[in-house]
Amino acid sequence: MDISIWFFISSGLFLGWSLGANHAVNVFGTAVVSKMVRFRTAAIIAGIFVILGSFISGSGTTKTLTELGGINAIAGSFTVALAVAISITVMTKAQLPVSTSQAVIGGIIGWNIFTGSPTDYNSLSKIILSWIISPVLAGLFGFILYKIVKRYLKIWKIHLLEIDSYTRIGLIIIGALASYSLGANNIANVMGMFASAPLFNEINISGLFSISGVQQLYLLGGLAIAIGIITYGRNVMETVGKDLYKISPITGLIVVTAEFLVLTLFTSTELESLLLKLNLPTIPLVPLSTTQAFIGAILGVGLAKDPLSINFRVFGKISLGWIIAPLSAGIITFILLFFVQNVFEQKVINPVPYEISKSVVQKLKEKNIDTSNLTDLIGKRFYNKKIFRQELLSKSKFDNDQIFAIFQYAIVDSFRVDSVAAKNVLSTNQFSSSQINHLKTFHGISYSHKHDLESDLFSDSSLWEITGNKIADKSILEKKLLIENLFRIKEKNNSSIK
Amino acid sequence: MSIFLKKTKKLEIQIDEYLDLVIKGGLIFKLGIKCYLENQHEAFENYLKELRDIEEKADDLRRNIEVKLYTRTLIPESRGDVLGLMESCDKVLNITTETLLEFSVEIPILFPQLKSDFLDIAESSIACLENTVSGIRSYFKNIDAVRDYVTKVQFYRKETNKIAEKIKRTIFRTEYELSQKIHTRYFTFHIERIAEQSEDVCDRLSIAIIKRFE
Repeated sequence: MDISIWFFISSGLFLGWSLGANHAVNVFGTAVVSKMVRFRTAAIIAGIFVILGSFISGSGTTKTLTELGGINAIAGSFTVALAVAISITVMTKAQLPVSTSQAVIGGIIGWNIFTGSPTDYNSLSKIILSWIISPVLAGLFGFILYKIVKRYLKIWKIHLLEIDSYTRIGLIIIGALASYSLGANNIANVMGMFASAPLFNEINISGLFSISGVQQLYLLGGLAIAIGIITYGRNVMETVGKDLYKISPITGLIVVTAEFLVLTLFTSTELESLLLKLNLPTIPLVPLSTTQAFIGAILGVGLAKDPLSINFRVFGKISLGWIIAPLSAGIITFILLFFVQNVFEQKVINPVPYEISKSVVQKLKEKNIDTSNLTDLIGKRFYNKKIFRQELLSKSKFDNDQIFAIFQYAIVDSFRVDSVAAKNVLSTNQFSSSQINHLKTFHGISYSHKHDLESDLFSDSSLWEITGNKIADKSILEKKLLIENLFRIKEKNNSSIK
Repeated sequence: MSIFLKKTKKLEIQIDEYLDLVIKGGLIFKLGIKCYLENQHEAFENYLKELRDIEEKADDLRRNIEVKLYTRTLIPESRGDVLGLMESCDKVLNITTETLLEFSVEIPILFPQLKSDFLDIAESSIACLENTVSGIRSYFKNIDAVRDYVTKVQFYRKETNKIAEKIKRTIFRTEYELSQKIHTRYFTFHIERIAEQSEDVCDRLSIAIIKRFE
């Protein structure tokens, strides 16, 4: 293994550490601040469950963040992770809870701007909207839960000491669960950027089970988050717990329960699948942030209890942090990328070829994009995003969405349909024989654009129909992805390209 | 989890036992006063001994509860209030014991015409104590009921003051020696203190329930 890889990974580990330091408050903050759980106990439980979450469920996480930009060079990943970590550390020093995804998004956009990659404003606006929805939903849940708990505590007449015990147990259980999901959901932010680098070999433990390279990487990331929680988690806890709103044990439990419920109900694909299987209506999935949900829940409970008890100045400071975090991460990324590329002469982006083919023009026409001035570019390859963008803009005044669409369609990929691979691999993956036979008819044909492959291979709508049934549609989409990955060739061999 | 709750249950029982002792102390005080007024000195001394034992037991139990609350960092939000309530409740029991002890030591001459008034003042001040204990019990389990007990304590405290005033007015309008008059006033004042201290506990209780409602 190249030793420099460890150097690059170090920024990911730093990011993990800063995430742990900043996010400890979201899982055990209320328990510690209300003196129900000692910080040491909380840090140990959170650390263990974060590592378990990262290791067990982390590999399956695919984030909306990847839609925003594809950082494809390890030096680029290093720089973005470092910039994000610096930004979060500064926020942690200022005792402000910020969302990692916010800072990561800032970093990715910084990378996009530096490399000339287009940003998908559609995805970005969805994510920004989630920053508003998260606190509102969690606040609403917190408000309602508080009212319910207050009412039933009076009716049930539970002894104060028993309430204390139940609250303590609840805080530990919810804290552990939240720590697990913190690890599972955020490890992709921390280590996902390095997942493509071949860092670790698979470990096979006496034939019983094996640990993949990515799992080892995520385990390392989980460890970094856990160390962040243990070494520096207390600071942010104190701001939220003491300054924003005085948290009592029960309100502390309500806050984390509201946060956990909102995150589980509105982001869990597992829950959605379960509801679908039971023929129950599903809850619309929205990307939500833990930090914002947590602050929202505190505000909701505070409003239910006594609006005057909330320190709105501190809340304003926290909200300002939510704007500063992505902005600063973006700016730091841009500056660092400049140095990494020009001073340290590291490749921060791997060139990806773009080419406007006739099929691309056709696709763009379908999207109502004016292609009349693009005919000169047909067949021309661009290896630099900035030059390609400039070339496009010199031809016509495309807006950002149109530029993004052109980039999406023009990216040169490489596929070759292989009937043997189709037969061997796909037959074991619940593909119907007619689907496999249909794929076989394209044997030997190569494609340089993904949409060309899709329009050929998935042309028979009876085989690949999207019906509106969520389970069936999800399965079809997974199958399509599997086929694309199966036929994708790493070494680009463009002979007989269609 | 059950071990966790088992310990909690044990502590709950201890708190209840402590409050039972306070109630018992109040009842013994009443019986003691009655015996004193009826010149049953032996029975009176027995009750005094019993009351002192109860006070000692209650002290030990309270300390034990306090240590558990602190070492196990239980009810961190309400711990201060609970300990304050228990300590001030203990003070009522102490006053009760001290008063009975003073009867034993100083052997005041209580005039026959004041016998029923002394029984009434003892009854009324112990009613304060009993309702205070009920209020504390409700603080743990049924917070809505606390207010009723606080109101009752305030009522009985006023009644106690009225009876005390009546005794003092009566005694100072007689031809007895001044020293006797002052001695009687002194004992009236002591019994009255039980009600006063009970009301202090209730004042704490009123603040504590506001916090628990939060």
